[in-house]
Amino acid sequence: MNALSFIPLLLALILSPLLFGVINRTKALFAGRRGQPLLQTYYDLWKLLRKGAVYSRTTTWIFRAGPMVGLAAAWVAATLVPLGNFPALIAFPADFLLFAGLLGLMRFFTVVAALDTGSSFEGMGASREVFFSALTEPALFVVLATLARQTGQLSLSTMFEPVSGADWLHGGPVLALVIIALMIVLLAENARIPVDDPNTHLELTMIHEVMVLDHSGPDFAFILYAAALKLWMLGALVLSMVLPSSGGNPWLSLALVSGGMFGLAVVIGVIESVMARLRLLVVPQLLIGAGAVATVALILTLR
Amino acid sequence: MALLLLGAMAVLLLGRPDRNVSWLGAGSVVIASVLGCVPVIHVLSGGSVEAVRVPWSVPFGEFFLELDPLTAWFLFPTLLVSALSAIYGVGYLRSWQGRRSLGPVWFFYCLLVLGMMLVLLARNAVLFLIAWELMALASFFLVTFEHERESVREAGWIYFVATHLGTAFLLVFFLLTARETGSMDFTVWAEKGIQTRGLADILFLLAIVGFGTKAGFMPFHVWLPEAHPAAPSHVSALMSGVMIKTGIYGLLRALTFLGAPAGAGATAGRPPLWWGWALIGIGLTSGVLGVLFALAQHDLKRLLAYHSVENIGIITLGLGTGLLGMSTGSSMLIVLGFGGGLLHVVNHALFKGLLFLGAGAVLHGTGTLEIDHLGGLLKRMPWTAATFLIGAVAISGLPPLNGFVSEFLIFLGAFKGGVSTGGAIAVPLLALIAGLALIGGLAAACFTKAFGIVFLGEPRSEHVSHAHEADWTMRLPMLILAAGCVLIGLFAPVVVGSLQAVLENLTHLQPAAVSENLAAVASPLAWVVIGTVAFLLLLLALILLRRGLLAGRRVETNVTWGCGYAQPTARMQYTASSFAQPLMDLFRPLLGTKKKISPPRGFFPEEAALKTVTPDISHEEVYRPVFGRINEWLSQLRWVQHGKVQLYVLYIAVTLIVLLIWELR
Amino acid sequence: MTDLILVLVVLTNLKLLGSSRLGASIRVVAAQGVMLGLLPVLAHVHELSLHFAALAVGTVALKGVVFPWLLFRALREAEVTREVEPYVAYITSILIGLAALAASFWLGGRLPVSTVEPSSLLVPSALFSILAGLFLIVARKRAVNQVLGFLVLENGIYTFGVGIVAETPFLVELGVLLDAFVAVFVMGIAVYHINREFDHIEVDRLDRLKG
Repeated sequence: MNALSFIPLLLALILSPLLFGVINRTKALFAGRRGQPLLQTYYDLWKLLRKGAVYSRTTTWIFRAGPMVGLAAAWVAATLVPLGNFPALIAFPADFLLFAGLLGLMRFFTVVAALDTGSSFEGMGASREVFFSALTEPALFVVLATLARQTGQLSLSTMFEPVSGADWLHGGPVLALVIIALMIVLLAENARIPVDDPNTHLELTMIHEVMVLDHSGPDFAFILYAAALKLWMLGALVLSMVLPSSGGNPWLSLALVSGGMFGLAVVIGVIESVMARLRLLVVPQLLIGAGAVATVALILTLR
Repeated sequence: MALLLLGAMAVLLLGRPDRNVSWLGAGSVVIASVLGCVPVIHVLSGGSVEAVRVPWSVPFGEFFLELDPLTAWFLFPTLLVSALSAIYGVGYLRSWQGRRSLGPVWFFYCLLVLGMMLVLLARNAVLFLIAWELMALASFFLVTFEHERESVREAGWIYFVATHLGTAFLLVFFLLTARETGSMDFTVWAEKGIQTRGLADILFLLAIVGFGTKAGFMPFHVWLPEAHPAAPSHVSALMSGVMIKTGIYGLLRALTFLGAPAGAGATAGRPPLWWGWALIGIGLTSGVLGVLFALAQHDLKRLLAYHSVENIGIITLGLGTGLLGMSTGSSMLIVLGFGGGLLHVVNHALFKGLLFLGAGAVLHGTGTLEIDHLGGLLKRMPWTAATFLIGAVAISGLPPLNGFVSEFLIFLGAFKGGVSTGGAIAVPLLALIAGLALIGGLAAACFTKAFGIVFLGEPRSEHVSHAHEADWTMRLPMLILAAGCVLIGLFAPVVVGSLQAVLENLTHLQPAAVSENLAAVASPLAWVVIGTVAFLLLLLALILLRRGLLAGRRVETNVTWGCGYAQPTARMQYTASSFAQPLMDLFRPLLGTKKKISPPRGFFPEEAALKTVTPDISHEEVYRPVFGRINEWLSQLRWVQHGKVQLYVLYIAVTLIVLLIWELR
Repeated sequence: MTDLILVLVVLTNLKLLGSSRLGASIRVVAAQGVMLGLLPVLAHVHELSLHFAALAVGTVALKGVVFPWLLFRALREAEVTREVEPYVAYITSILIGLAALAASFWLGGRLPVSTVEPSSLLVPSALFSILAGLFLIVARKRAVNQVLGFLVLENGIYTFGVGIVAETPFLVELGVLLDAFVAVFVMGIAVYHINREFDHIEVDRLDRLKG
């Protein structure tokens, strides 16, 4: 464990809120607006941290615990995620189980905190969240199983190593399918278009946003930060597969990964600009489609 | 040792003083359990195997008990949950005091515990079957405790019929094995093993049906969601937490008979591959359908009962993985599969016991288990709610609790096996990965629903307004079980290490092979624990940070943001049905949920209603038609029965004479 | 490269199973036709001849342009709604499709096909196309969809042909294409007529014809 192994964690902790800024900028560009500052999320976080809080009379300690559990889980999960050529701070066989478990814990408490308010809107969001996540979970695990079979490795840091040209020649279709499936999982898990619209203003159509309607002040800052981290982590996994290997030069790697992450954010921004949100009834089809794509990849590795 | 206590316990209860019977019954169970734990721990930590043989006058019977590590592993949760449920029962049954004689309840409770212990300890087929029946009958009487209620009586009968159907298969199983080996002795069976392939296959199927009925494998589970909710809650905890595990125990024990004779050659007695496939298939069906049906339920205890089906499915997945390992001679799969399954047995006993006790406390406090009538209980029952939350997180298989640890083992085994080996092994294991992931996601959905709707939000009906927290006899067991869930999570590597003796005993692997594979799991688990500790520390830091930030600032309380709606009422909250509706709609083809909607009409709608019922598919599609047919067929014989005593005597005489002729021919 | 095309064929089949719009389905089948047209060219890059090129151009033109045009025409003339109207729900269809895919890989591995193949994926994906086509014919109400199912089935046979008769594909090809063309033609007319007579083209109501 040397200084380099802290890089993925540090980058995640520091730069993740910037992703939202890049996405929003991209969308603004598409819409012909100037858009908010790139650092807007940081300003928001700072503002929220300095505010007081308002709680509903209905709520209990669960409501207050939700954001904190979420953020703590996201922090621990961030230590497990590699970034391009940098292996994660902690890597051990089947660490992805802990990673998935921590994300699950985060979701569990967000949902429970939403139900704690007794608001029908938040109940609706919670219901949709567990619905969609129950469908993305198998897709994610099939992706992991495919990668495990493809690479023969059992740790996120080695499974998601950058792939070389030879890998693409050898298992190109599998890798492409896996990336597609993982990208859909990323969009669904982070409540982006086409599954959820982060900018919608109607509670009835929200999923993630509606669950956190009642949080305010530092609590909401925690949620916002944890959401940014989650986006960063899943993004880092996708990115690690797309990036070429840098041949061991740390500075080059650093440039590659930071460039790559924001490239990914631009891609998400473009997706959000050119696509509309799917009807809620169609979303399960998309998620099961992701599972199907991943399964095709898995079957390809089996032959 | 354990034996003496068992006898004492039963005798104590035969004389039943009325007032203090609860304390007496519970006390004897607790004392027996504590004393019983001593040899159990001794054996598990590698001590010598203890055996008691007493000749017995029953034909072929021998009172032969033995405490080997496999038995000890199952006995430990049995004793723990029995004792804790007994303590809980003291408080729980208090409200019946005076209205109902509690003597029989405690009598049968003790008999049930005794029956379970005997089943686990017995090493003679006749003794085993007697203990099995004792267990079944005792639990039948406990299920029908509130026998004045129609639904309870029906549940009791379904349970009675189902469990005896299972026993019938077991009887055939034991008879065939006995004929093959010429003995009734389990140790002889295990030494000789069944050598004929075809016979072993038949026996395997018989064991699956027979033991699977008790364990609650998916097509045979019909009694489970009926009987568990009907029983008093502490008995449900015992039945769901421990008693169904005797089915798993029986299956494992049966596998030791069917497999290779101890110490046989390399490939001689390996089970065929399809056994593993079959178990994984059963596990997936039970797991996925179990959790889906659970999601569809409105009754808290019914929901938990279906979750038992799901968890039995997970355990079976572990066993299936282990069997695949046996077929291919992979010690890694054997250790991880069986290890994960066995650990899940203990874990499920802990958290399912906890959840049933919690449900009992809710019933005790509010008088209803209808999830849609509850809500906001956390404020009135903080202890129950907190422990229920721990149980809910644990059963969803989330870190840092114990459910995660056993699923970690099974997942790890499946991933390792799925990565390294060829198609015939990889396919079921990869299916297992996808299935277990789906189960995990759905279980989380189900328990956010159960916890969120019951304990959070605003009260949905009058029932909640007079809710009160359970007293300490009920709280203490829940706290201990919750602590168990946390501790197994935190000390995962140690716990996994303690599987050593059981696995050696069960699989006949070399001790070195077992310990090597266990060590290979222990190091990732150590990282998991480090991650957990880091998580808890960070959580603590965040709590302090938040407290610091909010100190001296304006913190208000107000009503929940209603999106501008002026007069929200508690009736407008999301209910359990609405929470689960999207998933239910998606899986409608599997579930057959029936909806009855009378939508509001006109400008001033007077009444509107929505009712959803999810009948059990196997009950509706398999059992009902079959039993209906049998009933029709048998009713043709009804003319035989007409109430004339003389003719009955004639029947008996004719039977006897026919038998005599048969014998003398 | 052939691998990629075959995987895309598999994916388009899955997409067809989960697609709810007739127009989208026709486009997907067209795309599949184009890819299959390119397949023999890519599979035999080294021995590229005029003959192969002609075959590719012909296939692409027929499967990618003519058939879709015909079908769109039929769709427009019949003025049916754009929904597929399945007997089997889309999600169930996808799951069945996955099972069929697994089965075709299993069968493909066991089939004693000893000819030189451009890719080990060829036989499984061909089998899968055939199965998916059959499923579409069975599980959908619309006559247009059944034509599509038939085309997919034919694509599967074609894929098979690419692998098995790599040396002399032309004869087989011509026969198969003609076959399909006639089928589409006939069904197109049938669709048209049925529409004229009965105002709808749902096959399950054809049974009323028997009087």
